[in-house]
Amino acid sequence: MTLTYFLTMLISGLRLGSVYALIAVGYAMVYGILRLINFAHGDIMTLGVYFMIALMISLGLPFWATMIISVILSIAVGLIMERCAYRPLRSAAEETVLISSLAVSTILQNLMTMIWTAQRMPVKLPAWLSVANRIGPFTIKTISFVTFGVTAAALIILTIIIRKTRIGVAMRACSENRKAAMLMGININRVIMFTFAVGSALAALAGFMMSGDYGTVYPTLGFTPSLKAFCAAVIGGIGSLGGSVLGAFIIGIAEMLFAGLVPTNLTNYRDAFVFAAMIVILLFRPNGIFGKQEGGRS
Amino acid sequence: MLEIRDLKVRYGGITAVDGISLTVNDHEAVSLIGANGAGKTTTLHAISSLLKIASGKIFFDGVDITSLPADKIVQMGIVQVPEGRQVFTKLSVEDNLKMGAYLERDKAKIKANMEFGMNLFPIIRERRKQTAGTLSGGEQQMLAICRALMTSPKLLLLDEPSMGLSPLMTQEVFKVLRTLNEQGTTIFLIEQNAYEALEFTDRAYIMESGRITLEGRSADLLNDERVRDAYLGGDV
Amino acid sequence: MSPLKFKDVPVLRFIAFIVIPLVILILAAGAPKSYITSLIVTIGMYSLLCASLNLVNGFSGMFSMGHAAFMCIGAYMTSFFTVAPNVLAAHCPGLPNFMIHTSLPYPIALILGGLAAAVVSLVIAFPVVRTKGHYLSVATLALIVIVGAVVDNEEQFTYGSRGLTGIPAQSTVWPVWIVLIVCLFIMYRLVHSAYGRGLKAMRDDPTAAQTLGINLVSKKLSIFAFSAFFAGVGGGLYAHYLTTISSAAFSFTRSFAIVEISIIGGMGSLSGSFLGAIFYTIVPSLLQNLENGMVLFGTRLPQLFGLANIIMAAFIIILIIFRRQGLMGNSEIILDTYFRKSTYTALFKKGEWAKIPRYFADIPVRISAWSASRKKLRMEKKAP
Repeated sequence: MTLTYFLTMLISGLRLGSVYALIAVGYAMVYGILRLINFAHGDIMTLGVYFMIALMISLGLPFWATMIISVILSIAVGLIMERCAYRPLRSAAEETVLISSLAVSTILQNLMTMIWTAQRMPVKLPAWLSVANRIGPFTIKTISFVTFGVTAAALIILTIIIRKTRIGVAMRACSENRKAAMLMGININRVIMFTFAVGSALAALAGFMMSGDYGTVYPTLGFTPSLKAFCAAVIGGIGSLGGSVLGAFIIGIAEMLFAGLVPTNLTNYRDAFVFAAMIVILLFRPNGIFGKQEGGRS
Repeated sequence: MLEIRDLKVRYGGITAVDGISLTVNDHEAVSLIGANGAGKTTTLHAISSLLKIASGKIFFDGVDITSLPADKIVQMGIVQVPEGRQVFTKLSVEDNLKMGAYLERDKAKIKANMEFGMNLFPIIRERRKQTAGTLSGGEQQMLAICRALMTSPKLLLLDEPSMGLSPLMTQEVFKVLRTLNEQGTTIFLIEQNAYEALEFTDRAYIMESGRITLEGRSADLLNDERVRDAYLGGDV
Repeated sequence: MSPLKFKDVPVLRFIAFIVIPLVILILAAGAPKSYITSLIVTIGMYSLLCASLNLVNGFSGMFSMGHAAFMCIGAYMTSFFTVAPNVLAAHCPGLPNFMIHTSLPYPIALILGGLAAAVVSLVIAFPVVRTKGHYLSVATLALIVIVGAVVDNEEQFTYGSRGLTGIPAQSTVWPVWIVLIVCLFIMYRLVHSAYGRGLKAMRDDPTAAQTLGINLVSKKLSIFAFSAFFAGVGGGLYAHYLTTISSAAFSFTRSFAIVEISIIGGMGSLSGSFLGAIFYTIVPSLLQNLENGMVLFGTRLPQLFGLANIIMAAFIIILIIFRRQGLMGNSEIILDTYFRKSTYTALFKKGEWAKIPRYFADIPVRISAWSASRKKLRMEKKAP
């Protein structure tokens, strides 16, 4: 194994990690406020890709326009989901809402199957995205740069929102103590809607990056990556956004290195490796690497 | 200022608050006294719209606020200091106060309110850079009161402000509440510590298993046989 | 407490005196036999799987979602002892010789399958039960991925994703239901023993339970293993129903289905598992007609694949919004008076024969009245 090979794997890992980071942040935000693992998060990601394809094929809009419209559509779906399946369960036990999110996931996946069939559909991105650039000994596709750039930009904007804006302050208050936040006059429904909107938008972006790289989309595309992104958030300590981003990069890089370095008969254990790693980390750090002690159910 | 008419709150099969009516007039300090589980906190939560009520009406300055959401209640000028303080433990004292001013957009006003609170409780000024979680119980209670004052409320609701505090701390908190009341803030307070509450307030209601069993001027209740027996431990 | 007898376990009485006669009636009604029997077998298997999941989710306060992993282990282990040696030798040469060449009677193979699942569960439960709340749910989900990956890739043991074939179709109505009844009986006794009371104490208040001398870790580990044992048995039954198995049969979807049944029926109830399984089996199979484009008012509806799943999922959301505790919550169906001889002898003596059907007619009323009273209890616990 050469250093070049190792570094190539590392770069792939970074790309994968940044896709996971976009998903993980959405998970972590929703979890922070609602204590809910939103299993439908990965399906929003898939849905975003389908929206993009549908818009490109049927309306023939330019690439950037389709991306913006499909992000908006994904946000709409995220908000509908919150309104119908999660808001009525605001006071219910955590497990109950978890089941609701499983059911939403089932609905979305089956809807996608119904509309676009279970077959893989090709995702045709503009040609310039798939150009392979030679930089020194490495060959890097333009889409990798775009992925890094979009992730970095999204995370910076998100940080500014959370640190500086009123809604960001309200989000922090809600995730620390929802009751106290309500008593401060914070409209928690608005905060939760905003959280879902941001999460869905990030998920749709992650979907574009992921499918653009794979070149196909199918109804269950989002499930496994989003579960891994959730692992990343858990590993990082799900209460902290910075932790989940870091967890995402750890997972992304570890996964690619595992795939690249172990003998070929073990590479199929890639997914299992990620989940086993999560269990092992939880064994030593039950609240994740950067997570703080949580008071259990409130 | 505040009027509750025939309020009922149910949790599933049991009735926690069973048709109570009470009024709090402008500039008054009123307390609602009762044992654990009498329905006091439930009443307060109903006012703050933290839970759904079964029936009854709540008026504030003549406006029906029964079905308003929690944030609108705060906007109207009713702010609650919740049981167990509920400060944002991971944020600094100053950020806690800023959080309390969430609805206030006027920067100068926020600053003035913060000064006002810190003058009431000088210890809060000393601690303002500290994380709220590192404060003692009494200091957290003071912080919670300061935080509630950040929106200059017309009516301050307090849920067991003396809970878990040393007698000395309790004295201090009540002293500040009295100052606030004298300066014009209406106070509605619920307490298990009947003696302190009656000493401090003008009028009081006694609550037992979801109903109001007795009401009157605090000074009279302090001398009432029934109250003395049940809440003040006989001879005080 | 005197040892429990068969007749003291309400859910069994319910099955024995109401469901089985009903089933026989339906069978006798001349419906297409294969369709109905497969429904009955499926109901039996799902009841067992869901009841075993409820041991953990309903009675211990943990929320596991990894049942498919234990099913998978049980399914393969059971099959190793029932598949013909020549098939095994050809497909799974990596297995130890005694496994290839031993053919065991079905019940014993099932028990071995359950034990294998229990042993593996103890190994993986050790880290998993140390995690809390949602972390535990995700860790158990991770088990499915790990077990699935092993099954797919260790071809010399499992024949990989091509699937293990040649499993005898022994899961017919009576074997499945006899296993179900035996297992339910054991589980019921477990839950209503001192051990089970400790479990419920742990569920309701772990700290208080600890002060009573309950060892939380050993309780969690043991109930996890019990649950995995029955899940393994259920997996074994399922394998002998499918006759060909691969990791795809034990995916997330399978786990979610069992969790959903448990939610429909009520997590803390063994009879609930049974009602949930009936519901979950029969309703989708009726909805299937919709998917295939049924004829409605003379127009043929288009084929809509996935419609049944969507309707079921929407139903589950509506159910948990309006009846969070599921059909049964934490309660069991008790139909005491129906099974007391004196009820009938009294009626006979008075010569009031006509009252007997009326007596049975109000079963739904009694069930709902009784679960309403349980609901009240539950709410009282919730109130501050």
